[in-house]
Amino acid sequence: MSSVTVLRARSRTVEIGADRPFCIIGERINPTGRKKFAEELRAGELSTVTTDAVAQVEAGANMLDVNAGIPLVDEAELLKSMLGTVQAAVDVPICIDSSVIEALEAGLSVYEGRALVNSVTAEDDRLSEILPLVARHGAAVIGLANDETGIPETPEKRLECARKIVSAAADFGIPREDIVIDPLAMTVGADPTAVRTTLTTISLIRDELSVNMCLGASNVSFGLPERPALNAAFLPMAMAAGLTSAIMSTSRPVVDSVRGADLLLGHDEWGANWIAAHRARQSTLIQEAAVP
Amino acid sequence: MTDEEILQLLYDETLVGNAPAVRDGVNEGLEQGLAPERMLYDGLIPSLEEVGARFERGDFFVPEMLIAARAMQGALDILRPLLAETGMAEVGTFLMGTVKGDVHDIGKNLCNIMLEGAGFHVIDLGVNVPPEKFIEQIEEHNPDIVGFSAFLTTTMPMFKANINALEKAGMREKVIVMVGGAPVTQEYADAVGADGYSADASAAVKKAKELLELRREKVPA
Repeated sequence: MSSVTVLRARSRTVEIGADRPFCIIGERINPTGRKKFAEELRAGELSTVTTDAVAQVEAGANMLDVNAGIPLVDEAELLKSMLGTVQAAVDVPICIDSSVIEALEAGLSVYEGRALVNSVTAEDDRLSEILPLVARHGAAVIGLANDETGIPETPEKRLECARKIVSAAADFGIPREDIVIDPLAMTVGADPTAVRTTLTTISLIRDELSVNMCLGASNVSFGLPERPALNAAFLPMAMAAGLTSAIMSTSRPVVDSVRGADLLLGHDEWGANWIAAHRARQSTLIQEAAVP
Repeated sequence: MTDEEILQLLYDETLVGNAPAVRDGVNEGLEQGLAPERMLYDGLIPSLEEVGARFERGDFFVPEMLIAARAMQGALDILRPLLAETGMAEVGTFLMGTVKGDVHDIGKNLCNIMLEGAGFHVIDLGVNVPPEKFIEQIEEHNPDIVGFSAFLTTTMPMFKANINALEKAGMREKVIVMVGGAPVTQEYADAVGADGYSADASAAVKKAKELLELRREKVPA
């Protein structure tokens, strides 16, 4: 039986599940590798957070990832202000993204709704520190399928890590449907077999654990040209294998390929969403043409 | 083929990452008495430098950089023992590891490949390496440079912890410290007292060579 993970914003609810349309989590609100954005945040300037939030939701994001990881900055404080800014701008659930426990705690304390915590790993100390926090706030959590020995090369070892996370979570009273496993997407530019390993891992975890899964989809195209086209090729394959959500780019070709795959896989019955999106675009075109 | 033709072939085939052609070229050069150091300095190294320059300009992509470095490594496997016989030292020894608490290694591995390609002897300690392990391995291998890699803002403070451990062990002066990883900045590297930072694998090679030269100017061998 497959699980449904329920996340909430102030009013809107999003469900991640195997027979639901794919959950697109916008990746953009993250200062890693965005020098100008990092400088703005450091200076307390949050206007880009608002514009990025609005633009990603308009482009089709169902949720947004928010990360405040800047060296030498009080990540807990910054994350709190960023979350407030995003929640004031858009009504979608948030994936609170930090490796700092205090920042996750601070983020969860100000978040309005039911958040997805990003993330815990199968490392013992991370499990024992983060899972109680998730349980206390009634949140859901992403579990990365790696442990202290590194990123497992084989799907079987990644499954073992996933199993360990699910069972540790149960010890803290967190049900399986609130665990979203990250099967780990590595860079195909550095290892030609990386994506095949990820795809095998996804179907293995789907068959063995029936949990929802989420991965950082843009990783696969790192270091390569024409990244949107590669991301757009990757996601439908991962979806066919059983991936149910991704932290990803919301550029047009990538979102279109995901929504197209939803329809093709039977998760958008009679193409209702697909057709509605088409109509919305057409009416925008007509309105634009009507402006004198 | 003339010597010049072989050197050109080594340059061209390394640039496109054709490992078998580079190996054959090296063997052919050896057969006709071409000096190993000439193949290294007049063929292979300039080619890999060009790869690095193209990567930095955005003309080359990660897989192209990787296969070029692997072609170079194949050549070095043949040449290294011969170069050692002629008394030619390695460019330098580089001890590398991802810091304690962190298991990310793609960027570190790219750096290793580029450094090896550039003639460094690279010792990789893997991921989740505690300060004690760095100290123990520095004692054992006596590297010119030690590289700390971190991918998380939570594990970056290990740079400072590692550097403190070096100081405590009385080793800080004898080894160059380089740091890197996605969230790391020059500013952060300066703040923790590292000697060098680089943003990617190609820049890491340049920086490592530059720091080594500086060090060797200061301390006459």
